[in-house]
Amino acid sequence: MRKIWDIHGGIHPPENKAQSLDHAIESAGIPAQLILPVSQHIGAAASPIVQVGDAVLKGQCIAEAVGPVSVPIHAPSSGTITAIEDRPIAHPSGLDDLCIVIDTDGKDTWHQPPSTRDFTQLDKATLVELIRNHGIAGMGGAGFPTSIKLNMREPSSIKTLILNGTECEPYITSDHVLMREHSRKLAQGIAILAKLVQPEEILLGVEDNKLDVVAGLQDALKQHDFSALTGKSTSAEVITFPTKYPSGGEKQLIEILTGKQVPTGSLPASLGIVCQNLGTAAAISDAVIDDRPLISRITTVTGQAVAKPRNFEVLLGTPVEYLLARSSYNASTNNRLVMGGPMMGFTLLDLTMPVVKTTNCILAPTEAELPTPPPAQACIRCGLCAEACPASLLPQQLFWFAQGKELEKLEQHNIADCIECGACSYVCPSNIPLVQYYRASKAEIRQRDADMQQAEHAKLRFDARQERLDRLEAEKIAARQARQAKAAANKAAQAGQDPKAAAVAAALARVGEKKSALEAANNAPASDPIPAATLATDIDDPVQRAIAKRATQQQVDAATPAAALQRAVESAEARLEKSRLRLSNAETEQDNNVDAYKLAVDKCQSKLNQARAALDAHDAAQNL
Amino acid sequence: MPLVQITSPHAHTSQSTSSVMMLVAIATLPGIAALTIGFGWGTITNIVLSIIFALALEAGAVSLRKQPIEFYLRDNSALVTAILLGIALPPYASWWIILTGMLFAIIIAKHLYGGLGYNPFNPAMVGYVVLLISFPVEMTRWPAPLELVSGLSTSGVSKPTLIESFGIALRLIELPSIDGFTMATPLDLLRQNDALMISDLKLTYPQFGAQGGLVWEWANLGFLIGGLFLLYRKIYTWHGPVSMLVTLSLLAAIFYDGGSSNSGGSPMLHLFSGATMLGAWFILTDPVSSAVSNKGRIIFGAGIGALIFIIRQWGNYPDSVAFAVLLMNFSAPLIDHYTQPKTYGHS
Repeated sequence: MRKIWDIHGGIHPPENKAQSLDHAIESAGIPAQLILPVSQHIGAAASPIVQVGDAVLKGQCIAEAVGPVSVPIHAPSSGTITAIEDRPIAHPSGLDDLCIVIDTDGKDTWHQPPSTRDFTQLDKATLVELIRNHGIAGMGGAGFPTSIKLNMREPSSIKTLILNGTECEPYITSDHVLMREHSRKLAQGIAILAKLVQPEEILLGVEDNKLDVVAGLQDALKQHDFSALTGKSTSAEVITFPTKYPSGGEKQLIEILTGKQVPTGSLPASLGIVCQNLGTAAAISDAVIDDRPLISRITTVTGQAVAKPRNFEVLLGTPVEYLLARSSYNASTNNRLVMGGPMMGFTLLDLTMPVVKTTNCILAPTEAELPTPPPAQACIRCGLCAEACPASLLPQQLFWFAQGKELEKLEQHNIADCIECGACSYVCPSNIPLVQYYRASKAEIRQRDADMQQAEHAKLRFDARQERLDRLEAEKIAARQARQAKAAANKAAQAGQDPKAAAVAAALARVGEKKSALEAANNAPASDPIPAATLATDIDDPVQRAIAKRATQQQVDAATPAAALQRAVESAEARLEKSRLRLSNAETEQDNNVDAYKLAVDKCQSKLNQARAALDAHDAAQNL
Repeated sequence: MPLVQITSPHAHTSQSTSSVMMLVAIATLPGIAALTIGFGWGTITNIVLSIIFALALEAGAVSLRKQPIEFYLRDNSALVTAILLGIALPPYASWWIILTGMLFAIIIAKHLYGGLGYNPFNPAMVGYVVLLISFPVEMTRWPAPLELVSGLSTSGVSKPTLIESFGIALRLIELPSIDGFTMATPLDLLRQNDALMISDLKLTYPQFGAQGGLVWEWANLGFLIGGLFLLYRKIYTWHGPVSMLVTLSLLAAIFYDGGSSNSGGSPMLHLFSGATMLGAWFILTDPVSSAVSNKGRIIFGAGIGALIFIIRQWGNYPDSVAFAVLLMNFSAPLIDHYTQPKTYGHS
């Protein structure tokens, strides 16, 4: 028996899983309309590649990935695109987002004939590409693109592959039925993952309230020779551990199975661990072996407001109301509609919201089942929350600081390590919505950081502007002084009566001239390709001076064309360098003018090329 | 109407602050019973008057703060404060003593700081200390155990009935003759003693019982049982109380001095006399004014245990739970600062 570890805190809410476990997975069928948000994963939203009116077939890509952290979307059934517009989507914010709407034709015609692949013959890059192109994102909750997670490190650095079959949230049984009915597919998915990350050990973590699936999983795992896939002596084990919420949190599961804590701010990969959800493993098997993109998932529909709680194989994009209707939903007894479980799920504000890649449960409880929270009482700092916190935080202190908006104190008390599992709120005798306070505080901290960055940026720009204005002002003053000195000298000379006074005036004028020249020289931009010292100091008016300067320069250029061309090249190089710097600054600051800067860089580059060409031509002519 | 926005988690335990407070109130019953059996109805009159004054003051303060009165009265926190102060006062305390104590406990120590959850000091102990400093005569006049009163029946002191007791508390009836009715407590005797060995002290004064003080040992046992019940119900953790009792016992053992005339008293005498168990299981466990982390609560409890012994042994007061608790309430934020538990993923 392998050693397992305990996590701090945790709670034992009523499981309520039995209700939805009586039935086998049932196909939910094809709804009349499928609504597919282009953003069902973390990262950049997919970009639609179909038009309204297009006919699409099942499995056809309808939105392609944008950038590396993104996955495509596929049509879950055949039909016609009837809209590409903002619709309410399944997100805690309740905001609308771009969705592709398909009116299904009921024929469910596949885009391509079914085929099977032998994944053992495929190399790593092909496997990662298949996983990405089939639209697979983590199905546990966050929806992180799976290909990124598998492609992140050299495989040699990963020692442990953990499959998360914990499903610690009450009510939800979608992973349970998946393990119960699809152990073979899961084992295949695990084998593909093993080939990709080449771990030394594979651990499948299951809570001990699902012991009925262990034997089946073990048998299925035995069908694969993991050592041959990884080139190491890899073992694969199903490990059961005591049921406790939130054992299924990635960090918690890692601690339970390995005794290690993921350092704050790092990924499990830093410990040589990769963690994947079981639903994701099944989707990988579908994608790689059967060439089937991620177009459906298993979703639990449960709660006392549905007469037939069960697990459905649901096409992505299926509206929640369609699923509820199939489960004999009674709206009158339902007090809120939750997507996800009772601990971390969010309430739905629109029944047309679609099931997405991360939707593991639709929960329709009655008032008796999950009562509406009573008004919060005062925090008596009883410490039950600290006892329950799986991250060993002090929720009562965080609450105190959150109320006072003491963001620095919140950071000192590691609010960033809060996984928002809800255990603290669950045990709070005063019914304080603690997690909501932490969410708000985290958002405030993010906003403050963004503001600070922006202020820093603004300050830099202000300083630069101030410097420029000061310089111009100094130049102006210097010029004025020079003019005054000269005028005084002229006046004195004209008067000519007192040679002493004239001499003084002349001296003053000279001093003034020198001073202004010096100041102008000092204040001239250092990067100016023309040395400031070459200014024609005899001329007072800046415009006149510039003209004179240019004339002098032209004379010089005419005398030594090679030097002039050389100077032009240098100047163009300097300008290019400057504009590149501006561009990179703009990119790091995510400035809106990035495009303009890019254009400027291109222009400078072409000017530099011209100057170089001219210089080369000149050199060539000289050498002839 | 199912489409409402409620944030997660949606599930919740049935435990409420009101029920926690009610459990604490119920858990004091064994100790109250022991005190009542030992000292007569005076403890009950204290508690009843305390509760009446506390609820009235709480309601007044809440209404002045323009908050819903019923909602706040239902959290039972004023009830617990009243019971604890009622227990702590000498039985048959006069109504104006109780009213003054409750005024300071509820108005000054609690509501002026923002109400339940925001009070840095234990309200009941603030009330108690104000009374002890302001009215030392009334506050140190403990009645003799009934057992001993009957032994002194020739002095003409009777055992007041419940009705008579309320009459005494409201000072409608005069206290029975002071000399026979009241008696020095065991901790008083211990502090004043500088001539007798502990064993002789116990033989000389009937106020000592088998382990602690007569009646006091049963009252302490009652509060211990109540405390263990709350511990079993997970109302609080063991850290604070156990740390306090262990520290007190250790110090008592160190200064026991073999029971000489210079002795500070045995650990058992300290554990089962005065307000030791009440303090350990009902006062320092007040979560609002104590340290928050388990490690912090160990330090908090140890500080209280040490202060109790120091004041009992070398201070001016025979018992010192209230002072010790208030002094450590001061330190709680500092303790919190240095005892933040290690968060997951931090080394």
